[in-house]
Amino acid sequence: MTTKLSTTKLETIANDIREDIIRMLEEAGSGHSAGPLGLADIFTALYFDVMNHDPKNPDWPERDILLLSNGHCVPVRYATMAHAGYFDRKELKTLRKFGSRLQGHPERTRLPGMETTSGPLGCGLSQACGMALAMRMDGITNRRVFVIMGDGELNEGNVWEAAMLGGKYKLNNVIGIIDRNNIQIDGPTEQVMPLEDLKGKWESFGWHVLEVNGNDIEAVIDSLQMAKAIVEKPIMIIAYTIPGKGVDFMQSDFHWHGAPPNHEQAKIALHELRTLGGKIRSEHE
Amino acid sequence: MSNLHLADITGDLEQEPIRKGFGRGLLKAGQLDKNVVAACADLTDSTQMSLFKAEFPDRFVEIGVAEQNLATVGAGLAAMGKIPFVSSYAAFSPGRNWEQIRTTACLNERPVKIVGSHAGVSVGPDGATHQMLEDIALMRVLPNMVVIVPGDALEAERATLAMAQDGRPNYLRLAREATPIITTDKTPFEIGSAYVYEKGSDVTIIATGTMTYQSLVAAEQLYKDGIDAEVVHVPTIKPLDAETIIKSVKKTGCVVTVEEGQVIGGLGGAIAELLAENYPAPMRRIGMLDRFGESGEPNQLLEHFGLDAKHIRLAAHEVTDRKNQN
Repeated sequence: MTTKLSTTKLETIANDIREDIIRMLEEAGSGHSAGPLGLADIFTALYFDVMNHDPKNPDWPERDILLLSNGHCVPVRYATMAHAGYFDRKELKTLRKFGSRLQGHPERTRLPGMETTSGPLGCGLSQACGMALAMRMDGITNRRVFVIMGDGELNEGNVWEAAMLGGKYKLNNVIGIIDRNNIQIDGPTEQVMPLEDLKGKWESFGWHVLEVNGNDIEAVIDSLQMAKAIVEKPIMIIAYTIPGKGVDFMQSDFHWHGAPPNHEQAKIALHELRTLGGKIRSEHE
Repeated sequence: MSNLHLADITGDLEQEPIRKGFGRGLLKAGQLDKNVVAACADLTDSTQMSLFKAEFPDRFVEIGVAEQNLATVGAGLAAMGKIPFVSSYAAFSPGRNWEQIRTTACLNERPVKIVGSHAGVSVGPDGATHQMLEDIALMRVLPNMVVIVPGDALEAERATLAMAQDGRPNYLRLAREATPIITTDKTPFEIGSAYVYEKGSDVTIIATGTMTYQSLVAAEQLYKDGIDAEVVHVPTIKPLDAETIIKSVKKTGCVVTVEEGQVIGGLGGAIAELLAENYPAPMRRIGMLDRFGESGEPNQLLEHFGLDAKHIRLAAHEVTDRKNQN
């Protein structure tokens, strides 16, 4: 992105992305609501400010790479990519439908700009490490590999295998982002399988850890820029997010992890997003 | 005899572990293409990646004992245009990391080269945990995956060079013990081709890996018994060379398959599927019959589990008799 957008503009984009997530999921009749809503600010920061990328040339060799390791959150990526100009927003309504490029879980070979196929958890960080190793072999230092993981996903052993490798090789062009929303399918993360002391865990594996409010776009951008400046270690950003962010009845309720809104619920959710939680009058009413 | 420039199996054959051919092939592939890279899960010497590592230390990644990471780091390397060979013992890769291979290599269409060494009961004293028998079945069932099981060290070397130029995910199965070298520098190898190593008209013996030599020995014995056996060597189990196999069975009318692994889903399974749909014929499958191995000396175990020329010969007699009774 050449011209920097204002924080207000970015917040508007994130809100539009949330509206699209609700519409897509209602139309699809299945899929995950909470995670994608919570991640909208981080995706906006990446696609509209931080990442070097070109929606008209998804394979641009100089681009930064973004891996979505927790593939079930892909509605937020589809919506963000459409807003960024990778494809028409109308296509968002095909989510999870037969013949769609927007599969229930992302498939690289179907959609340009989707950097890898994911869904089965725990495989993103190690692919990011492989990409970073390849860049090092080729002497490439101006590209970054961003990888987003869910917090529940950190139960997977493969993540920690990659954590050891990243620390060993000091892969400083890997920037991991943990969506720390404290929920997973069976309940709160600290009940299902406790992750704390999460910061201490990553630091002990040789990572430089940053913490940020993942629903504060400006703070997220600052944190990602800071991550780019750290050269001696790989970086892990623990981004604290509110699952279901922006839709009151979904927020912080783990039942919305894997469920879509029905028509009535979608109406309420869209109204809430359009009025920014009742703070403004909607133009659409 | 065919024009495949094979060694004379009645003479004294040189022996070498098949995995050594992989080691040489990888080094050559690395010399030919700078994008060839390697990663290993703490078995660099055993899997013979040490040659490559010594010449190209900057293109080698030591993963440690972490096979899930081995496969997925491989997928990441492949995403950046590298041709990653990733090796461990077959029991662990693809034994432990099957889902990672399925999602990040096969569905994701990244050309990761999975190299599984120490397959089969001929691993010997290490016992059942380390004698991988299910790898062919595990890899054969995956869309986009190519499955290669070379018959000797020279073929493993050629197969490795061919893999470096193949744009698909590949699995290469290697054995630990010294195996007689039955091919020469002039013997052809192409991914996807089966080769008639011995022409015959009475029974088709279809073999892969270490069992091809045993099948050639069995064919010699069968000739003395008055049975003219055709030996088809199948170094690529997927994609299967249906044409060569069906042509041979149409000629001979009966078939024995031989492999050092589970027949369920293995070479035996693949040939049974192919023939059942195209040309059903009396058939016997030699291999591991739905059971695990155990500790012992390699030859002792091969004999115990019926994986030698003696048992191949008996099976060939049996299917020939069944054919003649029909």
